[in-house]
Amino acid sequence: MAYSEKVIDHYNNPRNMGSFKKEEDGVGTGIVGAPECGDVMKLQIKVENDTIVDAKFKTFGCGSAIASSSLATEWLKGKTVEEAGKIKNTEIVQELNLPPVKIHCSVLAEDAIKSALNDYKKKAEESPKVESAASSS
Amino acid sequence: MKLPIYLDNHSTTPCDPRVVEAMLPYFTEKFGNSASRNHSFGWESEEGVDKARKQIAQLIHADPKEIVFTSGATESDNLSLKGVVEMYREKGDHIITSSTEHRAVIDTAKALEKKGVKVTYLDVGKDGMVNPEDVRNAITDKTILISIMLANNEIGTINPIAEIGKIAKENGIIFHCDATQGVGKIPVDVQELGVDLMAFSSHKIYGPKGIGALYVRRKGPRVRLEPMIHGGGHERGMRSGTLPVPLVVGFGKACELCEQEMASEAERLIKLRDRLEEGITKELEEVYLNGHRTERLPGNLNLSFAYVEGEALLMGVKEIALSSGSACTSATLEPSYVLRALGVGSDLAHSSIRFGLGRFNTAEEVEYTIDRMVKAVNHLRAMSPLYEMAKEGVDLKTVQWAAH
Repeated sequence: MAYSEKVIDHYNNPRNMGSFKKEEDGVGTGIVGAPECGDVMKLQIKVENDTIVDAKFKTFGCGSAIASSSLATEWLKGKTVEEAGKIKNTEIVQELNLPPVKIHCSVLAEDAIKSALNDYKKKAEESPKVESAASSS
Repeated sequence: MKLPIYLDNHSTTPCDPRVVEAMLPYFTEKFGNSASRNHSFGWESEEGVDKARKQIAQLIHADPKEIVFTSGATESDNLSLKGVVEMYREKGDHIITSSTEHRAVIDTAKALEKKGVKVTYLDVGKDGMVNPEDVRNAITDKTILISIMLANNEIGTINPIAEIGKIAKENGIIFHCDATQGVGKIPVDVQELGVDLMAFSSHKIYGPKGIGALYVRRKGPRVRLEPMIHGGGHERGMRSGTLPVPLVVGFGKACELCEQEMASEAERLIKLRDRLEEGITKELEEVYLNGHRTERLPGNLNLSFAYVEGEALLMGVKEIALSSGSACTSATLEPSYVLRALGVGSDLAHSSIRFGLGRFNTAEEVEYTIDRMVKAVNHLRAMSPLYEMAKEGVDLKTVQWAAH
């Protein structure tokens, strides 16, 4: 299968690859997928004043899965928590030119975003010192 | 060294130039139909076919009359299973095969199951080997065919065919062997192996695509098959159709070359393969060999690279032609059924790569491949959340994954 230029670029030069400490304030972590299924994505966001100031990913999976999560981190940065929740897998499919058999990679990336946002919101509710938690939940 | 590098020789091989040279006259000057009995054009072609049949028979220690030409090993496997079932249906309706056979056998067996045939798919050991005693224990008074492959196409494991052949003979059951990956690479003697039917193919041994053979035993026992393709009664009535003489001649030449060069070539390939494995495992941790350590095809190396996904790995070494057991590279989106049958976990099946070394690979290519594989695996492990977790001491087996 031939990959699109964009997928190849994300594969060769992954954006925002890495990890935050999970327990750090304002960090939301989402881990989705399973090794048995051939893909696991870890997506993390760092939120300050309701805005995602940084995002990181690590992915076990095919090139399309890597590219989907790498792209997601790019898109997340600068968005508010509410805006981030609106990212749709179809936008990822379009941007990366994913073929039908790779659509599940984009679905996984959307799930990872949602999971990271939920984790952030849960943490914010539990520890009131993180500002702006109420507005986003 | 030229790029890309071809390391997928289990899939197919390039034609040896000496094979092409032998074939060429049969496209133009010697174009006759080998079944034409009344003129020199036919005779000339027939001579070419006769010679090829001898070359092929010699490689497997058979009689030339026992070679039936087909379009390839898939057809040979189909003809064996369906032909035996149709011919011997009155004797019984049970077939024994294994779970790691090529799809040409497994899918044919499944098709026969729909028609009421009972099939036993034997499990294999974790090295991929069929246990002959399991074959013996699966035999019933209704068993009419045993079909076990010589060497596996993914992991290269070589089965104890001679032992299984003995069991088949003791019980008077026809024994078919899919020897596609083994013929031409390791010594094959149909008498020693005790096979009654044996499928193999030209394009896996540096001959042309589109031609294969089925060995059909004529004596002790004389095996009969109901043909699948009817027509002019070619190939002792078992496979009608005008022979593709240039392909037949090429197949013959390919067999001759394999026979002449087998011993030295096997030695060379084992050296290259062992160097490939050593070079990779010296630089990378948690790389696992799939298949049998020693009872393995000379050019085969199947490795699982923990924490990285196979297709992503192939993408990182685009200029090297390889194959993976990852779901993403299969049409079914399931990881390799062969690796699963060995008890390799799905995660490691997704992480597997098959290296298939062949006649035209060089030591320089192997060194290049080692270097590229090591870099690609490190690149992907740096990106892998599983690797990170494992390094943190998390036991991945205890994690509750949100399966999708």
